[in-house]
Amino acid sequence: MNAALVPSLVEVRDLSVKFAGRDGAVSAVNGVSFHLKPAEVLCLIGESGSGKSVTMRALMGLLPKRRAQVEGYIRIAEHEILALDERRLATLRGAAMAMIFQEPMTALDPVYTIGKQIAEAVQRHAHATRQAAMARALELLQLVKVPSPERRLKAYPHELSGGMRQRAMIAIALACQPALLLADEPTTALDATVQVQVLILLRKLQQEFGMALMFVTHDLGVAAQIGDRVAVMYAGRIVEEGSAQEVLLNPRHPYTIGMLASTMQGRVRGRDIETIPGSPPDMRFLPPGCSFAPRCRFATASCRETMPSAVTVAPGHTAACSRVAEVSPSAKLAVS
Amino acid sequence: MRAGRRAFSLGARRTQPRIVPPGDPRDRGGPAQPLLLVEKLRKYFPITGGVLNRKIGAVKAVDGVSFVVVKGETLGIVGESGCGKSTLARLLVGLIPSDSGSVVFDGDPVGGAHGISLRELRRNLQIVFQDSDASLNPRLPIEESIAYGPRVHGMARAEAKSTARDLLGRVGLRPELFAPRYPHEISGGQKQRVNIARALALSPRLLILDEAVSALDKSVEAQVLNLLRYLKTHFNLTYLFISHDLNVVSFIADRVMVMYLGQVVEIGPSDAIFDAPKHPYTRALLESRLTVDPRHRIEAPPLTGDPPNPIAPPSGCRFRTRCAFAEEICAEKVPGLGGWRDAAAHLAACHMTDRMSGHSRAGQALPPLPRAPKPIEAQIA
Repeated sequence: MNAALVPSLVEVRDLSVKFAGRDGAVSAVNGVSFHLKPAEVLCLIGESGSGKSVTMRALMGLLPKRRAQVEGYIRIAEHEILALDERRLATLRGAAMAMIFQEPMTALDPVYTIGKQIAEAVQRHAHATRQAAMARALELLQLVKVPSPERRLKAYPHELSGGMRQRAMIAIALACQPALLLADEPTTALDATVQVQVLILLRKLQQEFGMALMFVTHDLGVAAQIGDRVAVMYAGRIVEEGSAQEVLLNPRHPYTIGMLASTMQGRVRGRDIETIPGSPPDMRFLPPGCSFAPRCRFATASCRETMPSAVTVAPGHTAACSRVAEVSPSAKLAVS
Repeated sequence: MRAGRRAFSLGARRTQPRIVPPGDPRDRGGPAQPLLLVEKLRKYFPITGGVLNRKIGAVKAVDGVSFVVVKGETLGIVGESGCGKSTLARLLVGLIPSDSGSVVFDGDPVGGAHGISLRELRRNLQIVFQDSDASLNPRLPIEESIAYGPRVHGMARAEAKSTARDLLGRVGLRPELFAPRYPHEISGGQKQRVNIARALALSPRLLILDEAVSALDKSVEAQVLNLLRYLKTHFNLTYLFISHDLNVVSFIADRVMVMYLGQVVEIGPSDAIFDAPKHPYTRALLESRLTVDPRHRIEAPPLTGDPPNPIAPPSGCRFRTRCAFAEEICAEKVPGLGGWRDAAAHLAACHMTDRMSGHSRAGQALPPLPRAPKPIEAQIA
């Protein structure tokens, strides 16, 4: 079967988001395009301020209408998200697409029991009776492997551990079997041993339901664990995109290469780690050319003037770097 | 009056070169004497409830922790949230009082009649916290924040300022650019550099880094870790590096101490612990590390469930409820750690390491760790 013929579930073209602020507009997302097939896992990787979470919120229609200026095209299944009004969006959220957040304690309502919060989604979208919704809530808690689920139905969020709360969040998100699940750093606040459990669970549920998953993370290890494809974001743009293996094992953009080189994993003690110099740019005053140029060791004068476009470096693997031919991973590794 | 005299002597010392030569004049007991010796430290946080607000229980945050810190080493402390690593840090700095136990700093008991005072300890022992923003006073220029400590300890204003500027340079922030700035004008990584500079302002001998790089972006984290390595040699420092990130700890620590529910479960040289852990919990932590290689995904979680409630920890070995090797003996008897005063030893509080414990696997090593994939570097090259 030709994979290219499968129609995409999500299509995003030239998405840009600006926030009006007191000291000028912040360009959080600057022309992001990508697509996502049904049952595919796409990881958005980036540091804080790279625009990955804002992109997710734009897909969910969660950006504040008055403060955020959203342009471009977003399609999820047959819905054009940016053309929809709030009422229509509300019927889609939870049913067509659902989202889980980093901090389950703030995402869950502290005054309702877990059972009630899961049942609410079922009642709202599936128009089930209260009893049927509660029965479904119990099923969902079993599905996300919460121990003694009958008891947890009646528990309040503060009575659960961090891992359990995140499982409850996932149960709510899955309540109506959405075609698309958006996950914004859902495991970052969890302990290592619990993080692995939740990642494996998410992957399993995603495969079971044939659900598309968009997963935002800053952790390359997490991306490698869960992503089919990864997109690396920097200063509101996707700088490199491709299959997880291609991008993480054969990175071509200097930023991705730098990120991988600065991971601590397997490094020799007593020797400096290679680092990317400087810090991420101020999103209010982005340089005219490539945003990474000021930190890039391969940058030339032209990099600082013109915005590089995405270059295909291998089938399905693109890097937005005008010097991609000169940037070879081994060249940079000579230093370390 | 006495305070004034001390201030004078302190100021005089300050004019000496900041880089401490190999023979540190502050060293008292020689290299063999541990810089820090912590014995049976305990801290329970009472839980009150009911109409009379009576004590109904206690969170056993730190429960009988003993270890030594050798001069010049980096001791990494790892464990999951709630294991007591941050409480331990706060106890050591004296931010909260301990219930019992003792802390000895380079031969001097802390807080005792014959030892050193808390104030004196704090000059020798400083801490850097995770939240770089919350630890800085938003109303003070960063230069003032750094100079604050020395001034409290009696240094003259001008001298404290020049010390601050010198330290800013040392942590990689150009003083002429950064000294007058306020915390909101600099990035998270820069704030953490300021916090480190401030911690160094009193020329401490021991620096406690409590998740000091955890909140930073990965590319900035690597920069700060390199900086810490540089500062350690130049200021003759000893680090207590607390982190939940095993990859970071394996990079920076010479020795590692693993905590679980308020107790030490394993301690030993980094290489020994990362190559052949003796405690099943350490092994599970190591197995939970994610690699950046998508071909080596973890298929089955090494541990199930969350850490138990520290208010009512399991009897016997606290890890037994999540341990794959747990047997009857584990519920009955608390496993001991053994000779913790020996810094070179690799010790684990597990019945399996004790031949006489009666555990069916007593004396046997744990199954070896699945081979860790090589670092990405080697794969690309």
